[in-house]
Amino acid sequence: MPDSQHDGSAYNYAYLDEQTKRMIRRAILKAVAVPGYQVPFGGREMPLPYGWGTGGIQVTAAIIGRDDTLKVIDQGADDTTNAVSIRRFFARVAEVATTTRTAEATVIQTRHRVPETPLKDGQILVFQVPIPEPLRMLEPRETETRTLHALSEYGVMQVSLYESIARHGRIAKTYNYPVLVNGRYMMSPSPIPKFDNPKLDRNPALQLYGAGREKRIYAVPPYTPVKSLDFDDHPFEIERWSECCALCGSRESFLDEMIVDDAGKRLFVCSDTDYCRERRGEPVQ
Amino acid sequence: MTTMLPVLRVSALNKSFVVHAQGGLALPVLRDVALSVAPGECLALVGPSGAGKSTLLRSLYGNYRPQSGSIQVRHHDRWVELVGAEPRITLDVRRRTMGFVSQFLRVIPRVGALDVVAEPMVRLGASPEDARRRAGLLLGLLGIPERLWPLPPATFSGGEQQRVNIARSLIADYPILLLDEPTASLDTANRDRVVELVRRRREAGAAIVGIFHDVAVRDAVATRLHDVALPGAQP
Amino acid sequence: MNAPLLSARGVTRRFGGRIACREVSFDLWPGEVLGIVGESGSGKTTLLNCLAGRLAPDEGTITYDSAAAGTVDVHALSEARRRLLARTEWGFVNQDAREGLRMGVSAGANIGERLMAIGARHYGSIRQTASDWLARVEIDLDRLDDRPTTYSGGMRQRLQIARNLVSEPRLVFMDEPTGGLDVSVQARLLDLLRGLVDRFHLSAVLVTHDLGVARLLTHRLMVMQGGRVVEHGLTDQVLDDPQHAYTQMLVASILPV
Repeated sequence: MPDSQHDGSAYNYAYLDEQTKRMIRRAILKAVAVPGYQVPFGGREMPLPYGWGTGGIQVTAAIIGRDDTLKVIDQGADDTTNAVSIRRFFARVAEVATTTRTAEATVIQTRHRVPETPLKDGQILVFQVPIPEPLRMLEPRETETRTLHALSEYGVMQVSLYESIARHGRIAKTYNYPVLVNGRYMMSPSPIPKFDNPKLDRNPALQLYGAGREKRIYAVPPYTPVKSLDFDDHPFEIERWSECCALCGSRESFLDEMIVDDAGKRLFVCSDTDYCRERRGEPVQ
Repeated sequence: MTTMLPVLRVSALNKSFVVHAQGGLALPVLRDVALSVAPGECLALVGPSGAGKSTLLRSLYGNYRPQSGSIQVRHHDRWVELVGAEPRITLDVRRRTMGFVSQFLRVIPRVGALDVVAEPMVRLGASPEDARRRAGLLLGLLGIPERLWPLPPATFSGGEQQRVNIARSLIADYPILLLDEPTASLDTANRDRVVELVRRRREAGAAIVGIFHDVAVRDAVATRLHDVALPGAQP
Repeated sequence: MNAPLLSARGVTRRFGGRIACREVSFDLWPGEVLGIVGESGSGKTTLLNCLAGRLAPDEGTITYDSAAAGTVDVHALSEARRRLLARTEWGFVNQDAREGLRMGVSAGANIGERLMAIGARHYGSIRQTASDWLARVEIDLDRLDDRPTTYSGGMRQRLQIARNLVSEPRLVFMDEPTGGLDVSVQARLLDLLRGLVDRFHLSAVLVTHDLGVARLLTHRLMVMQGGRVVEHGLTDQVLDDPQHAYTQMLVASILPV
């Protein structure tokens, strides 16, 4: 359905013009067809700076429709400035319902977290990605990283994990932890905590990743295997806390550490605000 | 004495050196050389200085490249032609069939004397332990004191280096031995030790070609003489 | 020893109008170390890069008797297979160790990279192998976790050799491996290389302008001048009985010690 003549706004439906959305959808289709492969796309200037989610917003704008329900989270929280602005932006330009409840959302745009509530068939998770190339810190040349991907030469990534163990006695990387998608492409999961890595594996939801500055889109289709790299004698492990969430008592979720008074008293609370609220049985604000 | 079949035979061998810096000046050294050597024989090359004895010996070893003629060596029960041979053929002949004692040792930095001597035997597949044991035996027979064995021969005296060189060439029991002044810088006692070792190798069936300026040494080891004439002189 | 390990036939490479190497043909047999000597600009490094699959020749072919796949035309292989060959059956030692090493990671990671690239996933055994090789190239084990930036030139070169030999390649290409090192450091490296070549029955192609290095390490020599091979033979033949005017000039230029 052409959305170009919708009423009451100087903007096209969902902000981007139809040609741009088609171009982005083509990139998404290709990304879905080749899981983990970074597809270049003609990224547009967006009304916010790079680093604020321009890649994620363009992906969301290209796939969102009037029947969708959108949730936006930033580091797990629905109520940060960035999450609130993006949610309002789409409410205005795409006339979609918004929600903070993971279970109710059809599209979830996220920065740095995967919701604790398990995702379902039909949901789409859109990640904001600052640096899409997982090998970038090891190999600065774009021509060379492309070749490494093309030939599946990923020894250098294993070298970085070796180096971490040699220096720290364990794999010290705690976020943006590299994964191999469908046994083929090395992928940056964006700066999510490694705690969230197991959720990427065989997830029923479609995962789309958008990098605005570098103009790359990649995807993990539903139920695709996603393996976190490791060594046989240093297997991949997620973070554990000796405390539970001070608000809901959860021992299964990713906890943020908070200092709550001048005496340095510490509290641990769920990073996923919606999950924590649900567990406490509180209504949506 | 039964006549053995030769293991080295040379015919119509010609070698000259062309010096390009001298406008392509050609210096003929060997002309139509022919000889043959059988197991148990020691052929001493004789002739005036400059006649090409050393050139002939080096040509036999494949070190110098003759322009024409034939050098055939019995190698793995077959005749192998060394003139114009592929490098790997010459290398294999040197590894298994033909040893060479030159007047000078090519020193390998940092390798001790015992290992220098043992090396050819290890290359033939012997265990390093066996090769070192035999190397020690030979160095002992040649009067090299044991305290010198682990040291690189670069620091040794000329006579000591010479004996290390001889031990290295004798360790592998080559069927053919080429000796270029093996006793040149040795005192009488060491000279006699070398003579004894060479004679033993000959009696064990080695075919030997050598240059011995010392007439006493020549008389002690040679079974035949071969005259190397100055080029241009009539035989 | 029934087939050559590496064969070059009519290898020619031009850069623009200039011919860097011209109609080079030879066979390298298993266990042989071939030296390529000549002055700067004689085409020896260009030839080495063609042989090692890093630079495509304009004419001619290079075939390699691969352990994994039999005889292959090096430049007809897909890039993926050529790179696989290069990090499993081959090694390449650069003159400048910084080009052959990852300067930002430890010595252990440098040595372990090839193992990890071909699927090793046990940290403990990778580290053990890296330690073994560090000892073989005579570097103290307490330097295992240090970066090569803290190493001396000679140590870096030895580390580069360990990094290459850890996958037990059959063929190693070396471009002036002792260039730029002090004489005493050179001697140690040469001796080490000589021992490793013997012990692992390596075949090698070595580019050098130093005839002393060639004498010590190689079985055979090719002398290049202006992109052509002007003389070819056993190393001692070429050095003791040089035939070509250029070789005679090279040999005569060695300073006696």
